[in-house]
Amino acid sequence: MLILQHLLNGLLAGSYYLLIALGLSLIFALGGIVNLAHGAFYAIGAYVAVTIGQHFGFTGAALLSPVLVGLLGLVIERFLFRRFYKADPALSLLLTFGLAMVAEQALRMIFGAPPLSWSIPQELRGQVIVGDFIYPRYRVLILVVAIACVAGLWYLLQRTPFGRVVRAGVQNPDMVGALGIPLEPYMAAVAFLGIGLAGLAGVMLAPIFTIHPAMGAEIITSAFVVVVIGGLGSFWGAVIAALIVGVTKGAVTAAGFPQYSEAAIYLLMLLVLLVRPRGLFGERIRRFE
Amino acid sequence: MSEGKGISRRTVVKGAAAGAAVGLAGFPFIGRAQADAIRIGHLTPRTGFLGPLGEYAVQAADLAVAEINAAGGVNGRKIELLKEDSVNPQTASTKAERMVERDKVACIVGEISSAAGLTISQVAERTKTLFINTGCNSDELRGKGCKRYMFHIESQNSMYVKTCGRALLAQGLVKGKRWYSLTADYAFGHDLLRVAKRFMASNGGDFAADKLVPTDVTDFSPLLLEIRSSKPDLVISNLAGNQITNFLKQYSEFGLPFPVAGFGFDTAVAWGAGKGNFHGTWPLVWHHLLDTPASKKFVADFTARYNRPPENQAWGDYNAIKLVAQAMAETKSTDSTRLVEHFEKGAKFPLMKTREGYFRKADHQMMHEMYTVQALPVAQIRNQWDIFTPSAAVPGPNESLEVIATQGDEIECRM
Repeated sequence: MLILQHLLNGLLAGSYYLLIALGLSLIFALGGIVNLAHGAFYAIGAYVAVTIGQHFGFTGAALLSPVLVGLLGLVIERFLFRRFYKADPALSLLLTFGLAMVAEQALRMIFGAPPLSWSIPQELRGQVIVGDFIYPRYRVLILVVAIACVAGLWYLLQRTPFGRVVRAGVQNPDMVGALGIPLEPYMAAVAFLGIGLAGLAGVMLAPIFTIHPAMGAEIITSAFVVVVIGGLGSFWGAVIAALIVGVTKGAVTAAGFPQYSEAAIYLLMLLVLLVRPRGLFGERIRRFE
Repeated sequence: MSEGKGISRRTVVKGAAAGAAVGLAGFPFIGRAQADAIRIGHLTPRTGFLGPLGEYAVQAADLAVAEINAAGGVNGRKIELLKEDSVNPQTASTKAERMVERDKVACIVGEISSAAGLTISQVAERTKTLFINTGCNSDELRGKGCKRYMFHIESQNSMYVKTCGRALLAQGLVKGKRWYSLTADYAFGHDLLRVAKRFMASNGGDFAADKLVPTDVTDFSPLLLEIRSSKPDLVISNLAGNQITNFLKQYSEFGLPFPVAGFGFDTAVAWGAGKGNFHGTWPLVWHHLLDTPASKKFVADFTARYNRPPENQAWGDYNAIKLVAQAMAETKSTDSTRLVEHFEKGAKFPLMKTREGYFRKADHQMMHEMYTVQALPVAQIRNQWDIFTPSAAVPGPNESLEVIATQGDEIECRM
């Protein structure tokens, strides 16, 4: 029974990485930028939420903070990312790694190094207990938010004219350009969405995780593992990999080795890369071959 | 066409992995030199999972130096503080060496990580330079790793365990009870677990289970499920730094009914947990509610300068600088060997507490009063800082200060 519970809990835990991994994957697919600063936007989302939460409450912060972080993403896309879309990926890696450091140190200078406090709002506290199983209500809410994001993003990419251009841009940006469709606004929109999602993850996880300047560095490696396992740039790859990673952690813990649960996901990544270097669902993108 | 640049996905993956692995480097903080000043090197982690505590340490050391210099310095000389991020054991060692060899510091003060404290102490011993440890808890540093030139104002793990253990004994949570412990998976945690087990075994407690938790684990939910199904009488945290904040927040989220206590603690991690998330009984070397004139003045001065009250790590670095200055004034010397002899003779230091403290000659551990704090119920919390009720000083006024420290065979130091 406990084993089943660990597996379900792992699925739930996968949803945390999902919110981060989706944006990471999207930005890579369209612009070829591996955004190592993605974790920093997650941290900024949490700090913005705590700051504006004092005036607007939890709901206000949850709605406003992702938008503000997304707008910051727009600015960074316009003035930094855009210069690197066609450059050697090593350069954008350096850029985003630097950005992550600047963001972390800026948070430390503005808010101080000690953790900020922020709690689950009273009305969302409590647990759902079904038989032997226990789910904190707040984690169920995180799962619902993650599912809503996946569904919304899927609809946007698969069922709207916007999504058609983005998908075409992923496969062949030059052809899209030749058809007279400028990709810039779409890239900006994708940066807004992807980085906004990281901000949303920051708000949602702030009440249950420590809010400190290096919190972005904590989550980015796990999210990155998810994206690599799923296949860089693959939407469903990220979704399924997030669940696999969550369940793997749960299974290792259930087996009685919580201390190896982090190592297990890196081992998993290694195995996947050995068997399928492109990741489980990585489509062939000619630009990156 | 943008194709055919010859950059494969594999390159991107490798590059990104390498980038993510590099980690953040520290930034040096070196002040301007003054010819006749007494230089003190301050080394402590300012980034990483102990960084939050390091920030209090640096602020407190700055405050102590400012006060000493405003009062005319030591033996007519100003103190100059050289501050560095110790980052990790290797970097800590390199920076300690540079402080001694190049910057000619009179002594080194600081550190929080027990692993880095060990490497700094090796440099101190080799160069015969005084090192006051302000934040490393492991018994090992006072035991097999003890050094003639290293002194500890921070309490050892045994003192934390015995202080908190007394409160738990009084609450009837030890004898015949089942404990479930979570332990930080590095030097400090392992050391603490060893001491904790010794305490439980000798007081009739049983371990339900002990789990090692890597320092980069943030999601405690799988462990909380384990705890829930094992139904212990008490949950013990041997965790460190931000781990404790994560644990407290999620323990409260899961609403588990078992009492919580910890053997290692810092006030900042409880402040970071937020209202309604802080539970249980925890030991401290000092707390901001301590009711002595010196302590109240320190809290007021620190709060005026930094807009938040000091926590226990601030106490350590502030008092370490103050006691070094006091010893330099008393010996009219900055020579490390003379200061060591002065400490070993049992020099007394006020430490802002009711009773004065002294370094025990056997292992250079500061003998001083400690406290436990008990989390306040939400309804009684009036502000974000005063979230607990403190105990009276431990040991009590009629006991030797040494009763909470390692005893007899437990003292493994051979200088």
